[in-house]
Amino acid sequence: MVRGQASFLLEAAGIGKRFGGLRALNGVSLALQPDTITGLIGPNGAGKTTFFNVLTGIYRPDEGTLLFEGQPLPMGQPHEVAARGIARTFQNIRLFANMSVLENVMVGRHVRTRAGVLGALFQTGATRHEEDTILTRARELLDYVGIGTQGERIANTLSYGDQRRLEIARALATDPRLLALDEPAAGMNAAERARLGDLIRRIRTDGTAVLLIEHDVKWVMQLCDRISVLDYGECIAEGTPQAVQNDPKVIEAYLGVGAT
Amino acid sequence: MDTFLQQLINGITLGSIYALVALGYTMVYGILELINFAHGEVLMVGALVALTVIQGLTGWGWPAPLAVLVAVLAAMVVCMTLGLAIERVAYRPLRRAPKLAPLITAIGLSIVLQQVAALIWGRGYLSFPAVLPPVSVVWGGVIITAIQGAIIVLAALIMAGLLVLVQKTALGRAMRATAQNPAVAQLMGVNTDRIIAWTFVIGSGLAAVAGVMVAAYYGVGNYTMGFMLGLKAFTAAVLGGIGNLAGAMLGGLLLGVVEALGAGYIGDLTGDFFGSNYKDVFAFMVLIGVLVFHPNGLLGSRAREKV
Repeated sequence: MVRGQASFLLEAAGIGKRFGGLRALNGVSLALQPDTITGLIGPNGAGKTTFFNVLTGIYRPDEGTLLFEGQPLPMGQPHEVAARGIARTFQNIRLFANMSVLENVMVGRHVRTRAGVLGALFQTGATRHEEDTILTRARELLDYVGIGTQGERIANTLSYGDQRRLEIARALATDPRLLALDEPAAGMNAAERARLGDLIRRIRTDGTAVLLIEHDVKWVMQLCDRISVLDYGECIAEGTPQAVQNDPKVIEAYLGVGAT
Repeated sequence: MDTFLQQLINGITLGSIYALVALGYTMVYGILELINFAHGEVLMVGALVALTVIQGLTGWGWPAPLAVLVAVLAAMVVCMTLGLAIERVAYRPLRRAPKLAPLITAIGLSIVLQQVAALIWGRGYLSFPAVLPPVSVVWGGVIITAIQGAIIVLAALIMAGLLVLVQKTALGRAMRATAQNPAVAQLMGVNTDRIIAWTFVIGSGLAAVAGVMVAAYYGVGNYTMGFMLGLKAFTAAVLGGIGNLAGAMLGGLLLGVVEALGAGYIGDLTGDFFGSNYKDVFAFMVLIGVLVFHPNGLLGSRAREKV
């Protein structure tokens, strides 16, 4: 694989994270190309979600560096990471459950919002104009993910699949350059997975790279352009789905067990 | 019947003040799950600052209405700054500490604020100048004084404004998102530290207004005035369902009315064995009753799922 310095969207080098005596991440190095869908796979406990948490600033890594679009990413500062253009969804859905569907997406616009608190208190013209723009953009995003008619409902009354779509819309509202999806297809049937796959491809086509964690290997292999494999907190393989599937290390660590 | 209606008006007046203070407790609790026991002291500082400003300005010959307006604004500015400082100095460093630590700090802070106020304003009862002429409307045998009318109308306006702020603006949306899930709100680019600071500032502003109201209503201010009022407003917040804005408003009004009716009827009910000075007992009996039968308060939902 040829590595050109500036051609990567994200470069993680030697990321380590310990919890007490447990080494959750043991020097993870991986690189993501722009305009691609990358699958992050690996056995349970391999460190996939921990890596997501480091990437999005929830955890501060003990060692290593993250470069995003060639610039160091602020570590342990979720709202600054969001501002830099990384958004995510969660394995266990974490919507603002008591807020409306539309409001959930509108919160996602917060990072691209200028009007300050004083504007909100005194309802200046600029604030009202911005609020209209936020509302319009939120409606567009709900249409984009296919739940445009559900805007006024309370988030936790949506069906499970629609809640996952709402999480994606909320993440897209931050105008990310990289969208990180933590098991987006968990609990979905085959038809729902296919539709979700279409949505993810469309997101890539529209210019946002996608990094996703998923356990359904078959689905990941046909959806993703690139695959990175984590095992015991290390990245053991990286490449196209074909290359990874045939990598002996991967077969030994992961695919060898009942995933042919 | 006249007694009933009269006590109802008195209760709504008192309840409006409780509601304003209860909102401060409930907003902070909603976001931090912290009971800010120093909130009553913020109210006291607001009342005493206003008292000093009014005395000073009227002493220089300012017209009373203008002096009152300036005094309220001064009290709000001082209290908002105080609220901001309290959050920054006493609570933010303990954000990740066990829940009991900030609670103890809050109680400690409350004592410190009382003692500092005692040094500045003394330990005596200070008479609050009459800010409105002692006129009143008599309506079907019920007397509504000017100050009662002003308190009820002003409190209603402020509460309506707060609801609009929280439900309809980007700041309010960020506050609700932070209350529901601070970690996720941060990932959406919400600077939760700033939102928390604004919550304290807004709550302290409400407390300042409530402080001026209560001092003007009873015509007296004292360095301990925040203690019982804070406790009752906290009761009101729990009564309505702590963390719930509408609950704090409802709880405040209900508590005020129950207390006033209790004071009005307790003599008759007990053959004059208990007098109206037992009215506080009613407030806390209501609290115990609600907590026994409806532990989450009148409008409180079941405990939120936390990350």
